[in-house]
Amino acid sequence: MNIIVCIKQVPGTTQVEIDEKTGVMKRDTGSAKMNPYDLYAIETALRIKEELIDVQTTAITMGPPQSEAVLREAYMLGIDHGILLTDRKFGGADCLATAYTLSQAILKIGLPDLIICGKQTTDGDTAQVGSELAEFLELPHIACVLKINSLTNRSLEGVMDLGDFTQTVELPFPCLITVDKEIYEPRLPSYRKKIATRDRPIQTLSFSELPDQNPVHYGLDGSATRVMRVFPPVHHKQNQIFEGTPDTLASEISKILIKMKVL
Amino acid sequence: MNYKKMDEKDIAFLRDVCGEDRVILGKDIPEDYCHDEMEGQSAAPEVMVFVLNATEVSLILYYANQKKIPVTPRGQGTGLVGGAVPIYGGILMNLSKMNRILELDEENFTLTVEPGVLIMDIYDFVEAHDLYYPPNPGEKSASIGGNVATNAGGMSAVKYGVTRDYVRGLEIVTPEGDILEIGGKIAKNSSGYSLVQLVTGSEGTLAVITKIILRLLPKPKVQQSLLVPFQSLSEAIQTVPKIIKTKVIPRSIEFMTQDMLQSSEQYLGRRFPDHTGNAYLLLAFDGNSREEVEKDSDQLAELCLREGAIDAFIIDTDERNEAVWKPRSSYLEIIKASTTDMDECDVVVPISQIADYLEFARKIEEEVGFRVRSMGHAGDGNLHIYACRDNMDETVWKEKLDEFFTKMYTRAGEIGGKVSGEHGIGIAKRRYQQKLEGEDIMRLMSRIKLAFDPNGILNPGKVI
Repeated sequence: MNIIVCIKQVPGTTQVEIDEKTGVMKRDTGSAKMNPYDLYAIETALRIKEELIDVQTTAITMGPPQSEAVLREAYMLGIDHGILLTDRKFGGADCLATAYTLSQAILKIGLPDLIICGKQTTDGDTAQVGSELAEFLELPHIACVLKINSLTNRSLEGVMDLGDFTQTVELPFPCLITVDKEIYEPRLPSYRKKIATRDRPIQTLSFSELPDQNPVHYGLDGSATRVMRVFPPVHHKQNQIFEGTPDTLASEISKILIKMKVL
Repeated sequence: MNYKKMDEKDIAFLRDVCGEDRVILGKDIPEDYCHDEMEGQSAAPEVMVFVLNATEVSLILYYANQKKIPVTPRGQGTGLVGGAVPIYGGILMNLSKMNRILELDEENFTLTVEPGVLIMDIYDFVEAHDLYYPPNPGEKSASIGGNVATNAGGMSAVKYGVTRDYVRGLEIVTPEGDILEIGGKIAKNSSGYSLVQLVTGSEGTLAVITKIILRLLPKPKVQQSLLVPFQSLSEAIQTVPKIIKTKVIPRSIEFMTQDMLQSSEQYLGRRFPDHTGNAYLLLAFDGNSREEVEKDSDQLAELCLREGAIDAFIIDTDERNEAVWKPRSSYLEIIKASTTDMDECDVVVPISQIADYLEFARKIEEEVGFRVRSMGHAGDGNLHIYACRDNMDETVWKEKLDEFFTKMYTRAGEIGGKVSGEHGIGIAKRRYQQKLEGEDIMRLMSRIKLAFDPNGILNPGKVI
């Protein structure tokens, strides 16, 4: 069985500074990390590998050359192969162009039995690439998977989070799932694996190696959306101070939590 | 000691100094102010007064000293040895409203604060200026005044030391009402006795601290931790002196056990990301470049593997930090939630003795019959050994607890240890402190107390 996990390098902190005039994110290349949701995708792949026999796992990422770091990290977690999809022609891609580029790379290397993506990234937050990739590849797919109930060599049964309710769906392979945080606790990168995979090669794919050679389908040209302006949200922080006896305060807090639907 | 019971005249004086709103009497004083985080130790003051500045503190202390009314200073009440409990009644001087950050001096690398500022607010403030206040106690909602008063330690002591190492100067008010500036924004000082060092860690028994000048460092740009699983706690602990010998100095070297992690999973409702070890070392590194930090981390990972570690896991993101450090920093709450009653031995022993001392604790557990759990700062020898009552009968528990502490502290003394690494003596550990230090040292400490506080009005019944 072959599994491909799509991963992405994102800024290492949520405190990202954005130049309001140019709308460009001030990226500090020293503080990049793997998209946290992708760790759940990798963990899902590794759990399947531990459960079934003869499973090969591949991580693929699209990005600049320094994105290799997330593939090295995938090796430290236990992923078998890494593919870096990198080319200046891919620059400026929105989620549609990203999904299309990934689909072309996957067609190039061969369709696996299962593709796993994180639900979303923490920099773009669109949660669309996984589903769009499935559409380009004409694969059945489910998104925001909270749990895999059962798994065979032919299909899986997953529980999707649909907001107010969940839906349990059986999907035949080949298929694609995007996973949410509840699925598994991600394992930690291992120093032993870091040493063991230090010399393991990473395959690089560029535009010239993809099946579709029409450049307008990639990067900025292939994007259906244009970013007009990027700006940090204005944080409104309002403090409300309550005074009174512990009983009164407890009652006040309880009312607020009920109003906020926390309770 | 005979103290005066407070009367209408005394209360009128306090109202005159602070105004009616900030003087709280008798039954209007919430029970929360009658204790700190130590279980089973509670006493109500006659009056609680919220002070706002050194002048008010001075007027109150001068008056209380004349009248022989005991005064107990209090910050956030997060102490663990009953240090802020007004056991003789009198005035509970609440400094929590003196909570202004007064000055950041980026030329001298100092931050001047009032004692009621929370340490979590200090972290946020200085880090926003790319600066760093290294002391890292577990309780981030503590006030800096309390941290200075107890010489709080925490998880960064291996590399950076403790609160004492970051107190440059103080404004204090003596029990006789004198407002004194001691130390200052100076890096070196050989001018006579170090009163700053004496007041730091004196647990409110020598003077009331009304202003603190803290030393800051540049904020390290990169941080990384290693979670290292071992088959056994002794294997993990025996690796620590070898780590120290490498001369790579991690910011922290902590140890945790599998049973602690199981309790943390129940308490925090979150699975710990690794279950391969029965015991863990948790090492933290910081520095100014990724390469520098990785080099140190890799060197110690190699060493740990040579010493029998199962693996070494790399903790390099906020999410991983949260997953791994949260159980460690929440352990006091975790252990409290796991039992009916508990008490703690905050002992410090030489690093080379940690393994033997923990083995000693394990044997004592068999003798006393209650549950004993250990965790702590493996890199500086400060261990937190928790006695958990569970279902033991209360009378038996109290007897056995005393037996437990006596044995633990006696053993600590034999191997060159001390009663408290970071929580202080307060009420809870006085008896053991007196025994371990001996008469001569305690007499000297009493004379120092007398020099500051001839009438013994300031936080009586604590430390000595």
